[in-house]
Amino acid sequence: MKALSQKRRHPLAAIALLLMGLLVTGGLYAVATTVNQAKADTTTYSASDVEEGGKLFAANCATCHGMGANGSQAGPSLVGVGAAAVDFQVGTGRMPMEMNGPQAYQKPAQFNEEQTKQLAAYVASLGPGPAIPEAGVLDEKGNAANGGELFRTNCAMCHNAAAAGGALTRGKFAPALAGVSGQHIYEAMVTGPQNMPVFSDANISPEGKRDIITFLKQIEANGSPGGADLGALGPVSEGLFVWIAGLGVIIAFTIWLTSRTS
Amino acid sequence: MGNHSDGSPNHSGTVATAGQNEVEKFQDPGIPPHRLRLADTDPRAAKKAERQVALLFGISVVGTLIFLVAYFAIDLGNDSSIATIRLQNALLGIGTALAMLGIGTGIVHWAKALMPDHEVSEERHAIRTEEDRQAAVRIVDDIVEETGIKRRPLIRNTLLGAMALAPLPALAIFGDLGPRPDDKLAHTMWAPQDGKLKRLARDPDGTPIKAADVTIGSAFHVIPEGLNELHEGKLNEKAKSVVLLMRLNPEELHPSPGRADWAYNGIVAYSKICTHVGCPVALYEQQTHHLLCPCHQSTFDLTQECKVIFGPASRPLPQLPIAVDSEGYLVATSDFHEPVGPTYWEREQHVLIPNA
Repeated sequence: MKALSQKRRHPLAAIALLLMGLLVTGGLYAVATTVNQAKADTTTYSASDVEEGGKLFAANCATCHGMGANGSQAGPSLVGVGAAAVDFQVGTGRMPMEMNGPQAYQKPAQFNEEQTKQLAAYVASLGPGPAIPEAGVLDEKGNAANGGELFRTNCAMCHNAAAAGGALTRGKFAPALAGVSGQHIYEAMVTGPQNMPVFSDANISPEGKRDIITFLKQIEANGSPGGADLGALGPVSEGLFVWIAGLGVIIAFTIWLTSRTS
Repeated sequence: MGNHSDGSPNHSGTVATAGQNEVEKFQDPGIPPHRLRLADTDPRAAKKAERQVALLFGISVVGTLIFLVAYFAIDLGNDSSIATIRLQNALLGIGTALAMLGIGTGIVHWAKALMPDHEVSEERHAIRTEEDRQAAVRIVDDIVEETGIKRRPLIRNTLLGAMALAPLPALAIFGDLGPRPDDKLAHTMWAPQDGKLKRLARDPDGTPIKAADVTIGSAFHVIPEGLNELHEGKLNEKAKSVVLLMRLNPEELHPSPGRADWAYNGIVAYSKICTHVGCPVALYEQQTHHLLCPCHQSTFDLTQECKVIFGPASRPLPQLPIAVDSEGYLVATSDFHEPVGPTYWEREQHVLIPNA
């Protein structure tokens, strides 16, 4: 500090201060604009995106969802479902649907990122709906403990306390959540795909959704504290293991105990 | 004591010859000839077995050391990761298993390979002799005679009286294990308090829900307002009053007469406690409007006032009548009109209690 106070009257001090101020302001501005650009990338679409998306829609989706996405006997109307629904359904390969059945299965995505974005742009242009989430809520840096509490209250009854998935009625099921991207988890919560209820921002705030994604990513990265979790399916896989391996060990010891030594 | 032999059949057969007067008797084949083990004849094999036993005990020592090292060397602080916990758990388990198995298998191997293994037969003793029986009867007679209980009825009667009364304090003590539940199961926190209707709040943070928050297809997990502020019995109250709130198209609801105003614009609230054995029914399918209980697959149809359409439950889920207050928040207009959850003895009487 002493050195600093001695040099503050140096002829170059004013210039140094000016340079420092410029650097800080410029740096902050640069950071701010890149953040805005990242947002803009996912939320705004050009007119050509909408046009291309419309063509893709007419060629691939209109059979079931109808021209203009107004719905038909075979598929629901998509007016107002928003870009998030398209990004989830098409991005996870659930749409276009493989075949009619209780539930659309996840499969390799049929459209590339560019085409998915164009389809989302087209559907978003039909009516207001949930948008693709911004990067800020997907950073996996929320409060994992709060996310765990929200998950156990709102999600665990279908998706299992360890997010391993579970059965529903008549062939439907809640899928396991390991390996699902944070963006798709967020979109599933806001749009309620298929039989999943909608968890709008009024129900679970964007901050809460960020916490849930943080929790899911954390348990996925850390694994089970007790070692092999056998699919985290509870008594079925654990019981099978104990009956086969546990009884096998007991039988082996019994044979050894009662056999004669040569 | 038994008859120790080295397996020669000459020494056996005592049981078979004991009752010669019987006409046809199963002939005891005797103990099979004793077979010597390798360690009995070959000193080198014995030495080898000795080393094997020592090795097993050594493994036990190593296991104990692994446990101690894992317990003390791996520090589980507040910031330790799941991977550290997993490593310690694994080492503690492996250490304990080796420590126990090493001793157990070592002793068994020692006994099997090195300790003498000659066959032993033991005679069965007579269970009771007449003299023993008479001696026992004499002892009892002596006791009765010496206490003089027959000659002193005052002592006998007061003893009987004292023993009859002695268990009474136990009744009082066991009675203190808990108050009778009475009709507590028939009431929940949803009943209006001091004329004020209870608001529906989000589980777990307890913030009230506006009707406008509940979009079509939504499912809210709901607790009564003020539950989180309870100091005592919070979990008991929560177990009775948890509710699932859903919104569907008003045309899809088919309310029975008298229940038309229990919903608000397609928003309905039902108890989450299954009427079968009380699991939380919260698996809501927003397209089929089915509610599934994860324990025994009881399925309830939301469009038919949660009628049971599959599974072992015998009653529909109780509905919570709801409305909207002047600030737009959802409120319960009364408590449930029947006890929530599974059947219990006094349920029939409790249904009749006016709950509103």
